[in-house]
Amino acid sequence: MTRFAAPGQPGATMQYPSRYDHWIGGEFVPSALGRYFENPTPVTGETFCEVARGTAEDVERALDAAHSAAPAWGRTSAAERAAVLNKIANRMAENLEALAVAETWENGKPVRETLAADIPLAIDHFRYFAGVIRAQEGSLAELDDDTVAYRFHEPLGVVAQIIPWNFPILMATWKLAPALAAGNAVVLKPAEQTPASILYLMSLIGDILPPGVVNIVNGFGVEAGKPLASSPRVAKVAFTGETTTGRLIMQYASENIKPVTLELGGKSPNIFFDDVSLSHDEFYDKALEGFTMFALNQGEVCTCPSRALIQQGHYRQFLTDAVARTGKVAQGHPLDTTTMIGAQASNDQLEKILSYIDIGQAEGAKVLTGGHRADRGGELSGGYYVEPTIFEGNNSMRIFQEEIFGPVVSVTSFADFDDAIKIANDTLYGLGAGVWSRNINTAYRAGRAIQAGRVWTNSYHLYPAHAAFGGYKGSGIGRETHKMMLEHYQQTKNLLVSYSPTAMGFF
Amino acid sequence: MPEMSRVCLTPAAAELVRKMYAAHGPLMFHQSGGCCDGSSPMCYMQGEFRTGASDVLLAALRVEGVPEPVTFWMSAAQFGRWRHTHLTVDVVSGRGSGFSLEAPEGLRFLIRSRLLTAEESAALGGGPG
Repeated sequence: MTRFAAPGQPGATMQYPSRYDHWIGGEFVPSALGRYFENPTPVTGETFCEVARGTAEDVERALDAAHSAAPAWGRTSAAERAAVLNKIANRMAENLEALAVAETWENGKPVRETLAADIPLAIDHFRYFAGVIRAQEGSLAELDDDTVAYRFHEPLGVVAQIIPWNFPILMATWKLAPALAAGNAVVLKPAEQTPASILYLMSLIGDILPPGVVNIVNGFGVEAGKPLASSPRVAKVAFTGETTTGRLIMQYASENIKPVTLELGGKSPNIFFDDVSLSHDEFYDKALEGFTMFALNQGEVCTCPSRALIQQGHYRQFLTDAVARTGKVAQGHPLDTTTMIGAQASNDQLEKILSYIDIGQAEGAKVLTGGHRADRGGELSGGYYVEPTIFEGNNSMRIFQEEIFGPVVSVTSFADFDDAIKIANDTLYGLGAGVWSRNINTAYRAGRAIQAGRVWTNSYHLYPAHAAFGGYKGSGIGRETHKMMLEHYQQTKNLLVSYSPTAMGFF
Repeated sequence: MPEMSRVCLTPAAAELVRKMYAAHGPLMFHQSGGCCDGSSPMCYMQGEFRTGASDVLLAALRVEGVPEPVTFWMSAAQFGRWRHTHLTVDVVSGRGSGFSLEAPEGLRFLIRSRLLTAEESAALGGGPG
């Protein structure tokens, strides 16, 4: 076991400053109204820094900087922009441990995860978009012997991005990498629960980018997010979060006739067909791990496999083994490399999860394991820890229909293929799903029948660049982590050119 | 006996509503769903969030000291999954995201739920559907 020293302690891998300003025009800039808010770590509940509390004045300054930078940045060659993204990736790789510790301290997630997933995935994401922007080409259509339609990709200009708190650096990267690759300047607002780790990242990579290409304004949604999302000076708004704010952002965008991309969550089914249990082999072990993935990132993942559907033939034995496997999920200090589940990201998130555990029991769902706040003792007593929790119930219960965003899975059984698909699709959302079967025909048909944008098949919770990610139904609009996201950050310019010297003959 | 309703406020929530009313004027709630801060009630200035045919008005809450009723809305599809439960708007300390008005106070409105009683269910139409 390795325990990283906490930021603020001697010998820590990284240190946060006591105060962060906004990042505007390539430098740290105090908040216009001089206001700051406290930023606690979920690990202990103690404040570790204060962060600029932005308002419309700060958003305007950031938009000024972005508009100053956008024309020149948009004219750089794809090779130059790719080089910048690769430099960012390299700088992050050189600082992997520091970024991982910063992210864990900010969000509460285990450092095992930030070291192995969050930061490496973010690094690869910059590299992926550095690659695809080099490979992207326009097109031409030869309409007739003298007439050609040319298609060019052009940047949108200045775009707004509002980032969630569950993977602060990775989610910022999902949005920054394609926007920058496509030649846009960005004004980005982190979540107020996790405002600092992105600024720590900027302190490492800021010199690589021309001033004003990336601007970070922190603050509360109503004070900083709203003026950004509703600004007529942004060409597009990208948002990851919940449905009501997603709708509100669409309303603001409609006033300005601007496009949006939205990722709004899910209630992902994880389906285990009977044949999973044909043998208690490596594959069976993998499937049990797939079940337990509901606890990854403390369940604070839009695609948390929060509904487990287990076929009736192996239901009891598989569930018994799954409960036992869940019991081995090690909860502890997030800076210990052996810890698998850390702290929920905020106090209100903790309270919300506990309120769902209440209504689940009130509706008659049975708690098979967990069901309580976890007191880890010592300095962790002030942190926000929840026991991994397994409910057994039915799909009409609210714990089967709403995204709890905690380490809580709701389990039910199904009779056959059609029953599995019916239950899987009986949800307002369609972001992720899991299918587990040894029969490739069953797995394929299930994957195609589920109304969700990402169906993990005999796997779960993989987020590689080069695999499109996004939602059906109420889960949003757009596809991230793939080159197709480039076009969400580009205009299409059509040059329709006549090479004929003769008049058309109309007049 | 108070009028039967699907939604009520705790005294702490009513106090925060009064504070938000003093700062912003007439208010509304829209219940969110989905990721991150989903499942939280979002508090806006009345009319800030445009409701339409896809929304259901669950309650018009009377709050002492607030002349206009505070409306409580939810999308109709979500209401289909929630209609058998009674909702209590409470307040916890926290840092909730979204554009809800109270977040800068270091407080978040939070929903606590219970099943409708048989009497409430009959009166309010709490059956599945």
